[in-house]
Amino acid sequence: MAYSGLRIIKEALTGHKGWRPAWRDPAPKAHYDIVIVGGGGHGLATAFYLAKRYQTAKVAVVEKGWIGGGNVGRNTTIVRSNYLLDGNQPFYNLSLRMWEDLEQELNYNAMVSQRGILNLVHTDAQRDAARRRGNAMILAGDDAELLDTEGVRELYPFLNFENARFPIKGGLLHRRGGTVRHDAVAWGYARGADRLGVDIIQNCEVTDFRIEQGKCLGVETTKGFIGAGKVGVAVAGSSSRVMAKAGMRLPIESHVLQAFVSEGLKPIIPGVITYGAGHFYCSQSDKGGLVFGGDIDMYNTYAQRGNLPVIEDVVESGISLIPALGRVRLLRSWGGIMDMSMDGSPFIDRTQVDGLYFNGGWCYGGFKATPASGLCFAHLLATDTPHEAAQAYRLDRFRTGRMIDEKGQGAQPNLH
Amino acid sequence: MMIDHPLLGLRDAQEFTYLGDASLIDRPDWRSDTAQEEFHDYLYLRDNPAGEHRELWYHEAGDRSWLVVTRNMLTHEITQVELARDVARARGRSK
Repeated sequence: MAYSGLRIIKEALTGHKGWRPAWRDPAPKAHYDIVIVGGGGHGLATAFYLAKRYQTAKVAVVEKGWIGGGNVGRNTTIVRSNYLLDGNQPFYNLSLRMWEDLEQELNYNAMVSQRGILNLVHTDAQRDAARRRGNAMILAGDDAELLDTEGVRELYPFLNFENARFPIKGGLLHRRGGTVRHDAVAWGYARGADRLGVDIIQNCEVTDFRIEQGKCLGVETTKGFIGAGKVGVAVAGSSSRVMAKAGMRLPIESHVLQAFVSEGLKPIIPGVITYGAGHFYCSQSDKGGLVFGGDIDMYNTYAQRGNLPVIEDVVESGISLIPALGRVRLLRSWGGIMDMSMDGSPFIDRTQVDGLYFNGGWCYGGFKATPASGLCFAHLLATDTPHEAAQAYRLDRFRTGRMIDEKGQGAQPNLH
Repeated sequence: MMIDHPLLGLRDAQEFTYLGDASLIDRPDWRSDTAQEEFHDYLYLRDNPAGEHRELWYHEAGDRSWLVVTRNMLTHEITQVELARDVARARGRSK
């Protein structure tokens, strides 16, 4: 049953008695064409595109907890396409274009808001880097605009322009970037997939893969064995844990990234501001809370909580950039576990096990990738060939020297 | 987090920088016939366990010693702290 404005009015007049659960709660069948492990944004998007664009008949999503309880519900909701390297930019270009059409495709209000992202620059060298990045973005078909100090002042007059260490000399403005209501992305894809016949099986943990003679035949779960023609794993944050069950070691470390939200305020920040030099970025939710974050905690962890020094660092950076934040009270802070890869870029690839496919390594950029990741993973699962936008995301790229290292940090995951 | 430094006692983790898995001590032998494969695994692959993890921390704002810290990835509990020098020597390195 489709959602519409008319429907809301009708339900409002009839006591909201007509709403039904947005997706079913089915028991697992004995066998599926494709089983997706992980009911986060990427897993649900993959299932949706498999059913919608690749006409795969029997698809299931198997989720350990509840859908959208992992990183798709823990991020700071930013979407953007402002990468530099050839391996990345076409992929994120595709993703941002898919965000623009997402709500129509899903018939679901995901509150896609292209409010613009501003990356601040503080030195001549940073301005040069921003200009180069902006040109790379424009070449890939995205938008970028280099602002001078006055241009930034026009947008955000309340920033601290005269900071002694990091005076604001301008910024790179990406107008099509913005925010999306993160939970609604999971729910929208879940509802869309369910309506196309995908079984979403929650509270069902994959405990092992059944692999015989190098071929994956299905997954062992807490609800019994589920047979599958192909198995796709999209469990970023826990990728190493899950793929270890198939005997794989990955070029990934797990790290925690914290995020924060303040009490609700009147509208003050219309777009997204990033202050890379000070480890701080910020936007304002439609409820009025300032949503912000900074660096990862730097050490390996699977605990979905961080430590106080990073909170202090983020808040200090925030106040040094926006002195007006000094009296704002912090409402909540939380942590999400990132698959930090060895070059800071993700993987969408086959594995050495026949019928087992892997999607992960999203570092702290997985949310904005959700639509393209789902489409490209669905393409790989359905056709056994990589999607043209995700050809570079191979697991063996470190062996062949084809790293996609945006920051040039080398194999040190906490620096990406 | 507090790290119980073998020489200095309890120190705040803020004084340290983090490198990664303590297996980075076990640098492969470049003369080995399979050196290329070994260096690939050494440099790029990690166990990344969801449990006990031995890892290298550097006391940058302190005595500049390297430590091997055994820490639980799920609880952050630190159960053992050794000087990386001692660990490396016990494994036959830095002779």
